[in-house]
Amino acid sequence: MVERNVAAVDTTLANLHRVPLGSTVTSTTGRRRAVPVGSGSLPHGAFIERVTARMLAGEGDLLPVSALPPDGTFPTATSKVEKRTIAAEIPIWEADLCIDCGKCAIVCPHAAIRMKVYEPGSLAAGSVVKTKSFRSHDVPGMSLTIQVAPDDCTGCGLCVVACPAHDKSEVKRKSINMRPIADHLDAERAAWDEFDALTSVDTALFDPASVKTSQLRLPLFEFSGACAGCGETPYLKLLTQLFGDRLMIANATGCSSIFGANLPTTPYAVDEHGRGPAWSNSLFEDNAEFGLGIRLAYEAQQRGALGLMQSMTDVLDPELVTAVADGVGDVDDLGVRAQRERVAALDASLDRLDTAPAARLRGLTGALVGRTMWIVGGDGWAYDIGAGGLDHVLGSGRNVNILVLDTEVYSNTGGQASKATPRGAVAKFAAGGKGIAKKDLGLEAMTYGDVYVAHVALGASDVQTVKAMLEAAAYPGVSLIVAYSTCIAHGFDMSRSMTQQKAAVQSGHWPLYRYRPGGGEATHPFTLDSAEPSMPYAEFTASEARFSMLTRSNPERAAELLGIAEADVRGRWEYYRQLTDVERSAPAHAAVAHPDEDHAASLEDEP
Amino acid sequence: MTDLSTTYLGMHLRSPLIASAGPLTGNPAMWGRLEEAGAGAIVLPSLFEEQIEHDIFAAASAFDRSTDVSAEALTFFPDLDSIAAGPHRHLDLVEDAVERVDIPVIASINGTTPGGWVRYARSLESAGAAAIELNVYEMVTNPGLSAADVERRLIELVEEVRAEITVPLAVKLGPWFTSLGHLVVGLCAAGADGVVLFNRFYQPDIDVETLQMTPRLHLSSPGEVRLPLHWIGALRSTVDCSLAASTGVHTGDDLLKLLLVGADAVMATSSLLLRGPEHLAVMRDGLREWMLMHEYESVRQLQGAMSRANVPDPQAYDRLNYYQVLQSWTSPVRG
Repeated sequence: MVERNVAAVDTTLANLHRVPLGSTVTSTTGRRRAVPVGSGSLPHGAFIERVTARMLAGEGDLLPVSALPPDGTFPTATSKVEKRTIAAEIPIWEADLCIDCGKCAIVCPHAAIRMKVYEPGSLAAGSVVKTKSFRSHDVPGMSLTIQVAPDDCTGCGLCVVACPAHDKSEVKRKSINMRPIADHLDAERAAWDEFDALTSVDTALFDPASVKTSQLRLPLFEFSGACAGCGETPYLKLLTQLFGDRLMIANATGCSSIFGANLPTTPYAVDEHGRGPAWSNSLFEDNAEFGLGIRLAYEAQQRGALGLMQSMTDVLDPELVTAVADGVGDVDDLGVRAQRERVAALDASLDRLDTAPAARLRGLTGALVGRTMWIVGGDGWAYDIGAGGLDHVLGSGRNVNILVLDTEVYSNTGGQASKATPRGAVAKFAAGGKGIAKKDLGLEAMTYGDVYVAHVALGASDVQTVKAMLEAAAYPGVSLIVAYSTCIAHGFDMSRSMTQQKAAVQSGHWPLYRYRPGGGEATHPFTLDSAEPSMPYAEFTASEARFSMLTRSNPERAAELLGIAEADVRGRWEYYRQLTDVERSAPAHAAVAHPDEDHAASLEDEP
Repeated sequence: MTDLSTTYLGMHLRSPLIASAGPLTGNPAMWGRLEEAGAGAIVLPSLFEEQIEHDIFAAASAFDRSTDVSAEALTFFPDLDSIAAGPHRHLDLVEDAVERVDIPVIASINGTTPGGWVRYARSLESAGAAAIELNVYEMVTNPGLSAADVERRLIELVEEVRAEITVPLAVKLGPWFTSLGHLVVGLCAAGADGVVLFNRFYQPDIDVETLQMTPRLHLSSPGEVRLPLHWIGALRSTVDCSLAASTGVHTGDDLLKLLLVGADAVMATSSLLLRGPEHLAVMRDGLREWMLMHEYESVRQLQGAMSRANVPDPQAYDRLNYYQVLQSWTSPVRG
C-alpha cells in the first residue's frame, strides 16, 4: 500500500506540466451575477442592485457611506436574492406518494421546501411544476404542489427524514427523496420560479391550527444563513406563517439575531401586500424589556389614536369610528383583514380633512390594527444574561409573547454552558460535565399564575407547537414558549435534528406541556402533552457527543452525573404528573388593570 | 467426591461451565458472583473493532462537524485532551478481571480487518487474558464470495493471529457453514486450540407500523441447545481440538447432554442474564446430582460417551434422524 502511494506521488510528479496562460480570455463562461436577473424589479430593487449586490460580491468596502440607509433600517425580504446553491443533494418530490401532511415544510429550517394550494387551472400549458389534487373537506377541488427552492436549500435532509409517505412496494422511496443537485438544478429552478409566481388560495379560509394548514401559509422568514439542520429557525418560520403580517419581534443577541439580520441580506420577508414582520435586535441583557417597551409604545399609540378618533366623530362617520374601535382587539386573520379595510376607509376620510388632529391621527392609524408582540432569544439570554429583565416582563401582566429558542448552550459564541445546559453535558466552562441541573424556566414562570407557559419540541409534536403558538398569541397576558432547539453544539449529525428532538421527549429530557391560566374559576391549568418517558435516558445521552464525550474523557464522572440526571428526569416527570392534578384559580390577566395606563402619554394632548 | 474438572484449550478448568461473553461478564460486580457460583472460566464481552473505529470516528466527527463552520464561533466544544477513544477501556477491563478472579479470563475479539484482529489479539494477551476467543460474526451477503473463499479467509485469520500470540486460541463460529466439519478441522490445523459452537446471530426485525428495520435481541430458549448438541456429537470423534458448546444452555440436563456428546466446555449466557450468576451453581448441582445417581466419578468419564463414535446407532446423527423425526410426528390437526 505504501509503495503504491509512493508510486502515485512519483507518477504525479512525472506528469506535471506547465500550462501557459494566454494573453486573452477565451472562456465564454462568466462569473455568476451576485443577485439574479430581475432582482431590480423586486421591492427595494434599486437598493438591492446598488448596495446588496455589491456587498454580496465582496465589494462592500467600495460603497460610499451615502449608499447606506442613514437610519439603520434595511430593506427586508432580501435573502431571496442571495442564491448560494450550497446543497450537494436536494429533495425531489414524488407527487404520487404525497399525503399532503406538510411535515416536510414545517421542519425545513430554511423555508426551502414549501407547499402551495391553488386553483387547478392555474398552471400554464407546458408547466414544469409537478402537481396533485389537494385533499381537503373545507376547500375541495384544489391542486397542491410541494416545491424545493434549489438554490436556497442547504441539503440538510430533514424534510426527507420527516416525510412519512413511502412507496408501498419500495419502502426506501419516499414522497421526497434527496437527489444529486446537478441532475435536477435546471428543472427545479424553472419549477421554483413558476411555483413562486403561482397564486395561492386564500389561506385565511383554513383554520391554521394544524400542521397541514399552517404550512399552506406563506413563510415570512426564509433562506437564512443559519446552519444546515438548525433547530431554531423552524420555530421562527412557523411564527411568521401564523402571524407574519402583524408580527413584531424584539430579538435578543445570539444566533437568532445573527441569522435574523445578517447583512447584507435579511431573511424576514413580506407578503404580496408588502406586509411582514417588523424586527429589531437589542442588547443581550435587556431584550425582554426592549420588547415590552415596543408593546407599550404600540398600546400608547393605539390609545392615542382611539382618543383622537373618538374626539373627531363630528367629522368622521360615527359608525366607522365605532367599528374601528371595536376591531382593535382582533388579532386573527379575518378580523385583522376586516380591520385593515376599516382603517383604510378611515385613512381615506382623514386624507380629505386638512386639520392638525386629522394629520396626527393619520400618522397613528396603523396602530389601530391588531398586532402580536414576540420577544425572541436563546437560552443564554433568557436563562442567564437577560434573566432579570425576563422576570420583570413575566411579572408585568402585559400582552407580550416570549419565545425562548433553547439550545441548552450559548450557541452563537461557541458552546459555553448556560443555566439551560443539562447536568452531565460537556460545554465550554463545563469541560468536566455540568454538575448542576438545568433551570426549570417554565416552572419559574408558572409561579406567577397568570403566565401562559408551553414547553414544545417541534420534532416530537409539531401539532402541539402550532397549538401553543396560537394559544400564546391569543392569550391576553404574558406567554412564554420554551422551544427545544437542536444545535450543532449538541454533537450529532444534524439530519437527525428532528429525530433527536423526539428522542429528547421520549427519554424525559424534554417533557411537553402547556400551562393555560384560567379565569377566576378553578381549573386544571397544567396539561402534559407527552407520554411518560419510554426511552432510557442513557440511550438519549449516548446519542449526543455533548454527553458521550464525557464518557470518553472521564467515565467515572460521566456515570455519576448520568445517575443523578436519570433521577432528575424521573423526579421532574413525577412532579409534572402531580401538577396535572392541581386545581388553581389563577387570575386571568385580562381582568388585571394597569394603573400606569392613565399615566401613559396621551398623544391627543401632544403639542 | 465428584470431579468436575475439564481441559479446555489446553487449560485446566475446575468446572466445564463457562460464563460466556455478554453484558453479565462485562459487569465487574458480577465477576465474584460468577466465580462463587462455580464458573470454570469467564469470557469477557467482545472487543469490537467496528465499535472502536466507530468511537474514534464519532469522537473526531463530533468535533469536526462543528469546527470552523461559522465565522461567529470556530468551535463548539471544549478541548478535551484526554478523550479516550480506542481499546483502552476494554483492555483495562481485562486487566481488572484478571486481577480480581482466580479462574481463567478469556478475552473475545470481533474484528473487521485482518490487521485489527491481530493487533487486538496481541493487546488482549498483553493485558493478561488466559486465552483469546475470535468471535467470528459475519453475514456473508456478497454473492461473489464462495463458501471456499469464506473458509479460506477464516483459516488465514487463525494463522495470522496464531503467529502473533502464545496463549490458547479459540474460534467462535456461527452454524451456517456448508461443511462445518471440514472448516473446524482446517481451523484447528491452522493453530486454533478449539472452537465454540455456536455464535448467536442477531437478525434484525421489522416494525410493521413504521416499516423500519429494528435491531432486536432475543435471548436463547432451552430447545436451541440441540443445535450445538448435534454438531458437537457429530464432530467429537473427528477433530482433536477442544469443542465448547454455546447457545441454549439453560439447565443441568442441557449441561449434562452436551458433555455426553463430547463438549470440553459448556458456555451459558442467556440463562445467566435471565436468572443471575447463581444459576451456574444450579446447573452444576444438577449435573453433580445426576453423576452421583449414575455413579460417574468425573466429568472426563462422561465426556463424549454419546458422541457419534460412541453410540450404537451413529446414523442418529446423520440423515436417518431427519426421516425418523418426520415419520414420528403426529399432527394435532386432523382431516
